[in-house]
Amino acid sequence: MTDTTQKAALSRPPIITLSNAMPWIVATVFLALMPVIFPSNSAITIMNQMAITIIFALAYNMLLGQGGMLSFGHAVYMGVGGFVCVHVMNYVEDFGVPLPLPVLPLFGGLFGMGLALIVGSFSTRKAGTVFAMISLGVGELIAACSVIIVAFFGGEEGISGDRTYGLPVFGVEFLQQIDVYYLIAFWLLLSALLMYLFSRTPIGRMANAVRDNPERAEFLGYSARWVRFYSFVASGFFAGIAGGLFAINYEIVTEENLNLAQSGTILLITFLGGVGFFFGPILGAILFTLLQTVLSLQTELWALYLGALFVVTVMFFPGGLAGLIMMHTMPLKFGKLGSLVGPYLKTLVPGAIGILGLAAALEIVFHLRHAALGDSEMTLFWTTFDSHSVAPLAIAVIAAVGGFWLAKRAAPGMAEAYHAANTPRGGSV
Amino acid sequence: MNSATTQGKAALELDGLRKSFGKTEIIRGVDLSIGDGERHAIIGPNGAGKSTLFNLITGRFPSTSGKVRLNGQDLAGLAPFQINRMGLSRSFQITNIFPKMTVFENVRCSLLWARGYKYSFWHMVSRAPDLTEAAEAILEQINLTERRDLPAGVLSYAEQRALEIGITMAGGANVIMLDEPTAGMSHSETDYIVDLIRKVTEGKTLIMVEHDMGVVFGLADRISVLVYGEIIATGRPEEVRANPKVQEAYLGAALEAEH
Ligand SMILES: Nc1ncnc2c1ncn2[C@@H]1O[C@H](COP(=O)(O)OP(=O)(O)OP(=O)(O)O)[C@@H](O)[C@H]1O
Ligand SMILES: [Mg+2]
Repeated sequence: MTDTTQKAALSRPPIITLSNAMPWIVATVFLALMPVIFPSNSAITIMNQMAITIIFALAYNMLLGQGGMLSFGHAVYMGVGGFVCVHVMNYVEDFGVPLPLPVLPLFGGLFGMGLALIVGSFSTRKAGTVFAMISLGVGELIAACSVIIVAFFGGEEGISGDRTYGLPVFGVEFLQQIDVYYLIAFWLLLSALLMYLFSRTPIGRMANAVRDNPERAEFLGYSARWVRFYSFVASGFFAGIAGGLFAINYEIVTEENLNLAQSGTILLITFLGGVGFFFGPILGAILFTLLQTVLSLQTELWALYLGALFVVTVMFFPGGLAGLIMMHTMPLKFGKLGSLVGPYLKTLVPGAIGILGLAAALEIVFHLRHAALGDSEMTLFWTTFDSHSVAPLAIAVIAAVGGFWLAKRAAPGMAEAYHAANTPRGGSV
Repeated sequence: MNSATTQGKAALELDGLRKSFGKTEIIRGVDLSIGDGERHAIIGPNGAGKSTLFNLITGRFPSTSGKVRLNGQDLAGLAPFQINRMGLSRSFQITNIFPKMTVFENVRCSLLWARGYKYSFWHMVSRAPDLTEAAEAILEQINLTERRDLPAGVLSYAEQRALEIGITMAGGANVIMLDEPTAGMSHSETDYIVDLIRKVTEGKTLIMVEHDMGVVFGLADRISVLVYGEIIATGRPEEVRANPKVQEAYLGAALEAEH
């Protein structure tokens, strides 16, 4: 990606200023360097997964965060984009069409958009519950189709393809994960940039207005329904791009890619990251992919922890991770961020110990109940012990109770410090 | 000015307009013709149906029977956004803004359609100097420049009222309808807003519901008195003031309350 410097045109503000290009330059450099820092195959696999999820989450947030539409079936658009791309891959291979692999995601995007065009024409008439229910219904319907229309969805095995079908592009055959990484990174940057720019257009701005107050938007000349429709179609396009990249990366697409569980996951990811800011879903996708890949290797209970994290986020941090970060812009401006470190540590360290204690207790109980007969040895936090003895469980419970108690005791102090840090002058440290 | 109403063409015509909610008829046959460029006030006791009349005209509710014509065109069956595009803009008695967006964004959004941006996804709003300039000029007029980047929801009541009016007038519609624009404002705020309304509605048609008789008599070319869903009198301020029916039904009490 090149950020060419352009001269300011007419009296308009310049198209690119250093300050608004900066995040994109940093992102480009970051994406270019990541495989150099983490060159292992497994790391690149995780990063590919992450990048695809980021695109999907950003597309989803065009609905949820920007447009106020809660969809329970958005995986459908990514899934269909993926299926189309595998089919195109196979078709191109069979008939020798000279279609370079890097443009393939565009097909995913167009078909995702096409489906969104059809579904959006009736689902976006109303927001709120009606929209949510229709999205759920359509999601279920298409997931059901995947078992019925085997020619397209491939039944339970799904459809697989071969991304190395065509001519090498500038000598790259996409045999290796690293080649695919750069292809995905390119599409990630392009999609994220386009989605960001979309949010700055008249239709993108009106999506926010309609989210806040659809009735008032109507009295300003905008049909709330059409504003929602255009956001929906754009979101379907980028979801389809993500699907296309998924097809390239995994060379297989199955029903699992478009079912309701997948739709639920993207909602969870987006919410965890924070719907109120453009970069929120990016954080959510990174966090989720890490938890999914790293945590799932460590414990069978990872989905439980994820669920708990989601509930805690909804209840206590509705702004998600991004909201949590943005809560600190004022203290940063007042130069008081430092005053927060102490109080935060005093609360969060015991809190973390409490959480780990609770998790340890859960793991021990889980092991006790589910391990094979006679297998009473388990390893937790690099210590191996007998899960049938009382001591480890007791230690875990004490750590949990003690940690939470200490955290609770320190919490008022933390709140006070936060309040003080948000006051320009004075205020105790 | 009133010659416009007798000879010039009408900006807005109501013809036997009726509205029932369930069994109760709230608007009971309203005929009214408001001339192009006229400033028309609608007054009447609480619950008379003034806001309902606004809602019927602007397409918020469908009427039970009767006709509304804007510049000669029948508005039957049109949605609020279609009516707005024909050059009619309204404010609300109960503040109706975009609470989570900044004050500036509120105003800018109200400019978009009127300035032809429609559903564009190929313009950048921040790169449209005409939008920024116009939105800032409006903020200046409604005295909210200093509040520019705050979420509209955190403004004080009076500030939100000013924003409500700003949003309504931003698009430069030819017919402007204000539902109690000065309600809840202090004397000085009221004076300021009335001056502003007078200035920006110069040459335009203004229809205004207002309880403050000082405002009504200072601003209106003609006044209609709505009581129980019927217009009992329409005319120039001095005619309406002298009308015994009006005195009896409404104005006597209202004018007394003023002093
Ligand atoms: N959507 C509705 N459904 C049922 N009844 C309604 C509805 N809207 C208004 N009404 C009734 O219609 C009558 C007139 O209400 P409206 O708000 O038009 O009065 P108003 O003249 O604007 O009064 P105010 O001076 O208090 O604003 C009231 O009795 C009200 O309860
Ligand atoms: Mg009213």
